[in-house]
Amino acid sequence: MRDSTPIIGAGYDHCKQKNKHMKYKSQQVAYWFFALCMLLFALQIVYGFIMGFARIGMDGLHDWIPFNTARAVHTNLLVVWLLTGFMGAAYYIIPEEAQRELVSVKLAYVQLISLAVVGVAAITGYHFNIWEGRKFLEIPRELDYLVVINVLLFLGIILATLFKGKRQTTTALVMTMGLVFAALLYLPGMIWFDSQVTDSFFRWWVVHLWVEGVWELIMGGILAFLLIKLTGVDREVIEKWLYVIVGLTFLSGILGTGHHYYYIGVNKIWLIVGGVFSALEPLAFLAMALFAVYMYRKGEKNHPNKIALFWTIGAAIVSFIGAGLLGFAHTLPQTNLYTHGTLVTAMHGHYAFWGAYVMIVLAIISYAMPNITGRKRHDKTNGHLAFWLSNIGMLGMVVALGVAGVVQVYLERRLSMDFMVAQEEVKIHFVVMLLCATMFATGIGIYIYEFIKYGRPTDEALTKNEEAVLVS
Amino acid sequence: MLSKSQARTFFLGGTVVTFLIFIGLTIYSMAPSNDQSNHQNITEQVIKGKHIWETNNCMGCHAILGEGGYYAPELTKVIDRKGAPMVKAILQSPIPWAPNGRKMVAYEMNDEDAEAMVEYLKWIGEIDLNGFERIVSPLAKDKIKD
Ligand code: HEC
Ligand code: HEM
Ligand code: HEM
Ligand SMILES: [Fe+2]
Repeated sequence: MRDSTPIIGAGYDHCKQKNKHMKYKSQQVAYWFFALCMLLFALQIVYGFIMGFARIGMDGLHDWIPFNTARAVHTNLLVVWLLTGFMGAAYYIIPEEAQRELVSVKLAYVQLISLAVVGVAAITGYHFNIWEGRKFLEIPRELDYLVVINVLLFLGIILATLFKGKRQTTTALVMTMGLVFAALLYLPGMIWFDSQVTDSFFRWWVVHLWVEGVWELIMGGILAFLLIKLTGVDREVIEKWLYVIVGLTFLSGILGTGHHYYYIGVNKIWLIVGGVFSALEPLAFLAMALFAVYMYRKGEKNHPNKIALFWTIGAAIVSFIGAGLLGFAHTLPQTNLYTHGTLVTAMHGHYAFWGAYVMIVLAIISYAMPNITGRKRHDKTNGHLAFWLSNIGMLGMVVALGVAGVVQVYLERRLSMDFMVAQEEVKIHFVVMLLCATMFATGIGIYIYEFIKYGRPTDEALTKNEEAVLVS
Repeated sequence: MLSKSQARTFFLGGTVVTFLIFIGLTIYSMAPSNDQSNHQNITEQVIKGKHIWETNNCMGCHAILGEGGYYAPELTKVIDRKGAPMVKAILQSPIPWAPNGRKMVAYEMNDEDAEAMVEYLKWIGEIDLNGFERIVSPLAKDKIKD
């Protein structure tokens, strides 16, 4: 850090003593988490294609990778790489917020490698009929224990860094709180029940309370961090609204769990509770979108990393559409009675995950890469191409799934057509979906290509990085 | 204008209150008197069936109680629709079951396993699903008593 640039405040003196050339060297760990993200994301898409083709009758892989294997791999890879992204984000953000190095870089690498090993073991097992057959929680319980140990290690590193740090910002606290709660909520998913109804009931404590609860804290924390860096708006203002947003999230999202309890064999009280509170859930996403756009307008528009800004504001807006609007579209009990467990759900699942979590992880990666590697590739056309191709492709996929879903609901649930006969009718929409998916995958391919082009973090590169850090 | 500490109070207060209500409602709906699932009918065989259901990840293709994959028929009311002998035959089929061209995995189950699976599906089929049972399997509709 140069002596002539006293912008950074408290962190400035600290890093001057510690290391002349960079902010916090341990932030580099994030790079390897992000690299694992890219790898697993690419694999996830491959398995998406396997399912897409199976749905139009091209199931040549059935003997080796039947649909249920492809599905478990597709969704588990998604969850694992998003969690890897959150962890990478935490390793990048927490040192900067707490103004100190991570307590142990070595342990962070141990954590990364063990995470990768558990993930690969689980996914390999799915190809050999080793799993637990509970949607999204297919990982066998033996491996669950390893996941728990891994996450405890991660949380230990983050919490120790945070509390030994110079300051505990709201951004860091909200994000850490999200990570801690996410770990705690994994536990109800590990309890064994004899009844399918109870099993399903507590499965949602993990799945719903993750994506419509604690993950939103993680997302909110990353979003706040990015907005502070990219727009230069005062931290106090941003963090105040962060509290309001996560307040809305929990206020609606906890009781909103009831929207999964309408029709699984539990008391009717959930029709009212779930209906009312889940209908309020879009408010948190609306607040997030307004917040991001407003802060962008209010802020200075001179940060050079435009592409990170695109992903950041994009995440806030698309999550409102995918989770908020498309979630609302089937959350009232009267509607859900017909759409429950159809392709309408798949449509919403894709856009919600994309907008809220995939885009925010791609945002933090786009933001961090120039700073970690010291190479300023963020103004390349490729970045924009990746953004638009993947977004338009995903929108097309979602529309195709949506049309297929509505047709399915109408034919099967209103006109009493047989399931398989209705499926034959919606096949054509999967052809469209696969075309859009190709566009989507091209966009992601370019994103990954750019990631590779950035190269590895080097201390020498980080020296050049001064300005990037100072602007941010 | 709202201050940061008020915003924090809103967050923490809202979370604690809704979480406590959530726990209360959970206890309420888990109470035996509110059971809609004929819990007493969960026999050893049903449990075994559930185990087979899980260890083979049937849910990766099929949905049950409206949860799971959307690739293959929803199975909540399959016993009503197809009858137990037919379901048993499908599970014991040595070649992938695919009368409509979409392949299932050929499980070639033994009698014991296939029967457990059928018992499990029978139990599922009798759960009171707040009206969904009538929608999910229209072909079984006529058989559902009001
Ligand atoms: C690879 C995906 C896949 C898996 C895994 C799978 N099935 Fe199927 N199953 C299908 C398909 C597809 C059909 C419909 C075939 C057709 O009609 O062409 C089907 C049909 C059935 C049917 C008849 C349903 C009806 O309404 O016609 C039953 C019962 C059934 N499966 C039970 C099971 C059970 C139990 C398991 C787990 C042990 C299981 N399936 C695993 C794909 C799968
Ligand atoms: C980022 C946030 C969200 C994500 C990632 C997400 C994702 C998903 C996924 C993957 C499912 C399928 C789950 C399963 O069947 O196992 C689902 C179901 C559902 N989601 Fe969301 N969702 C989000 C937010 C919302 C919101 C805000 C609402 C309501 C306003 C909502 C309403 C629903 C409903 C009603 C279902 C059940 C569909 C059914 O009955 O089949 N979701 N969601
Ligand atoms: C090439 C791109 C992709 C294709 C072709 C694809 C295809 C599919 C298919 C066919 C299913 C199974 C639906 C069923 O049960 O019939 C599925 C499930 C799912 N996919 Fe994708 N997918 C792709 C990319 C993605 C991405 C990028 C995400 C994350 C944003 C994602 C998230 C999900 C989720 C959450 C589910 C489970 C949905 C549910 O159970 O409701 N997919 N996908
Ligand atoms: Fe939900």
